[in-house]
Amino acid sequence: MSKNTSSRIAQGVTNTLKIAIVSFFALMGAFVASPALADSVGEEFDYRIAGNVKSQGDPLEGVRIDVSGNGFTSSVATDSDGKWSIGVPQDGEWTVSLAVETLPADVEVGDEELSRGVSIGPSGSVIQNFIFGQSERALISFTDQLVSRLIYGLNFGLMLGLAAIGLSLVYGTTGLSNFSHAELVTFGALMALFFSVALSLPLWIAFPLALLASAGLGWAQDAALWRPLRKRGLGLVQLMIVSIGLSLAARYLMQFFVGGGTQQLPGASAIKIPLFGAVALSIVDLASMGISLVVIVVFALWLTFSRTGKATRAISDNADLAAASGIDVDRVVRIVWIISSVLAGLAGILWAYFRPGIKWDMGEKILLLMFAAVVLGGLGTAFGALIGAIIVGLLVETSALFIPSDLKYLGALVLLIAILLVRPQGLLGRKERVG
Amino acid sequence: MDWGIILSNTAQSLLSPATMAFALAALGLAVHFGFAGLLNFGIAGFMAVGAYGYAISILTFGLQWWTSALVGIVAAAVFAIIMGVPTLRLRGDYLAIVTIAAAEIVRLLFLTTAFEEVTGSADGLFGYHASFRASNPFPEGTYGFGPWTYNEVEFWVLVIGVVLVALAALFVWRLMNSPWGRVIKGIREDEDAVRALGKNVFSYKIQALIIGGVIAAIGGIVYALPSAVNPNVYMTSLTFFVWTALLLGGAATVFGPLLGAVIFWVLQAFLSSFLPALVASGILPMVSSAQASTLRFVLVGIGLVLLVIFRPQGILGDKRELTFVK
Repeated sequence: MSKNTSSRIAQGVTNTLKIAIVSFFALMGAFVASPALADSVGEEFDYRIAGNVKSQGDPLEGVRIDVSGNGFTSSVATDSDGKWSIGVPQDGEWTVSLAVETLPADVEVGDEELSRGVSIGPSGSVIQNFIFGQSERALISFTDQLVSRLIYGLNFGLMLGLAAIGLSLVYGTTGLSNFSHAELVTFGALMALFFSVALSLPLWIAFPLALLASAGLGWAQDAALWRPLRKRGLGLVQLMIVSIGLSLAARYLMQFFVGGGTQQLPGASAIKIPLFGAVALSIVDLASMGISLVVIVVFALWLTFSRTGKATRAISDNADLAAASGIDVDRVVRIVWIISSVLAGLAGILWAYFRPGIKWDMGEKILLLMFAAVVLGGLGTAFGALIGAIIVGLLVETSALFIPSDLKYLGALVLLIAILLVRPQGLLGRKERVG
Repeated sequence: MDWGIILSNTAQSLLSPATMAFALAALGLAVHFGFAGLLNFGIAGFMAVGAYGYAISILTFGLQWWTSALVGIVAAAVFAIIMGVPTLRLRGDYLAIVTIAAAEIVRLLFLTTAFEEVTGSADGLFGYHASFRASNPFPEGTYGFGPWTYNEVEFWVLVIGVVLVALAALFVWRLMNSPWGRVIKGIREDEDAVRALGKNVFSYKIQALIIGGVIAAIGGIVYALPSAVNPNVYMTSLTFFVWTALLLGGAATVFGPLLGAVIFWVLQAFLSSFLPALVASGILPMVSSAQASTLRFVLVGIGLVLLVIFRPQGILGDKRELTFVK
């Protein structure tokens, strides 16, 4: 019996030893294995799953990601930027899971799913990010978020207003719904890029030069294209389709010169300074709002009090009557083209900072928002366009609080259709404009 | 420069699914703009609704391919009603802006990650071909000759496409020579005169919008049949390209849109082989091959401008039958 007991004890000891040894080697294995996990594995395969692991905005290093599915498994550890990438042999459905034991102890997993299904589409790759500590965002009170969004929206709206005023002025004086206005916005930004980055001029010279180039383009467009077409007696719909063709040609010509990538103006990554509540703005944001406001006030004074400004409004009201009372319509229209090109170019530079980045089709992205602003305010009324633009800007930014942010332009487009339904003349327009 | 490849690529595009899709979309647009005078700039939206209606019905609801195609068509009719009821009372350029916005709303809804389960978000939809291929009456093998050589699946797509284009053209031709077509053309010329005759102009316009929209949606389905559905295809540029094809052939004609679509794609295919070949052989200096392929879109834009200024009635059109020249 004692023999039995002792053998049992011996067995117990051996078992314990076994467990200890196994766990020791497992630990060793873990230590040895971790460095073997690169941040990118499976380079030999054509399909790729990649992503980022972050906690409260900081990248997490050394977190293990496992991918399994279709009879294949692979693991990877994140690099110092929190990035990881795994090559897989085929497309279709895969399961990506994050090994929770490799997360640092202070990371709040919260309601972030640690194991997810992903599918690789025709692009051959898919991104799967794990972002922890996002729930902290909800700690910012709704009012603070709203205030912050309203300020961004105001900034965006003022900038959109600069572009929309030009669109509305051209419509008012010539009746043209100018679809190529978006390309004037892109052109201003591209010229700023050319003078400030390619020629390395200081910004205070580069930006005025860019606006001068915009003015030149506006003048040249009217002189070479729109004035001859007006003389030819082309209908408004024909002119509109001409502007569409011009927009296509100009847009792809700009892609021809700058390529498909995104480029930054100097100072685009300025630090955001926390002001109050949840509001944080960079120097560039503040300067942008300041410039927009000053330019809009100067423009408003010009339109209200100067002779040419009055003539512009007279032509918008009734071109024939204005011509009959001795106003040189062609001269005023040319000035209007120059002014709207400069305003659009300025909007382009400011938008390049707001987005941020300059791309060949950046103007086209806000063309419909400009139209929404112009229609909302009343086609052909400059101040209406400004009010419309501010409403659209505020709507776009605040709606992102309630709907997914990739749908934030939706609100403005729905508003565009709704306003035409209930008040087609817009906020400041007069009813007779609508046929 | 290898002229053999360039010419064979060009010849292939004569009967490609893209050409037939454009022919159908341009025909639908001809009903809208050419015959009814509606400035619809949302044709890409109709194509998207058709293509997504087709793909979603197969992938999410597991329907057969032809019931799915019907779903796409019905969805386009519904889209026409939703878009038309509030907007058809508006004057020309207002309608243009609203329709372009409506098409963009549709695209954003298909693009957003909020409905990713159903729409596939930015990846789009793919892998819905099983039912269509199973219905293929042609046995495995190669069909056709020269540049027009197809396997049995491609040939099945081709046959379906050609039959649909022919049926749609026949339908529009009969329709425009019917009393209904004469009222529609009357609305294009003078809405008030038709209203004075006691016709319900609004109702006729909605009908035209639905018919044209359905034809465009069939175009969208043909576009999606052999390949995949991707939200980046249905951008406003697609609308403008269809407009270019339509105006090239002649807006107020039945065969103009078909001719325009063929010329548009043949030229596109030619330039997309020819321009890079020019670059490769050093004839276009300082230009990369990526730049060379953007050049053809520059040429589309310039072509559209020149066309509208100098020959707004298009190749087959009659200048008297074009309201926008006034």
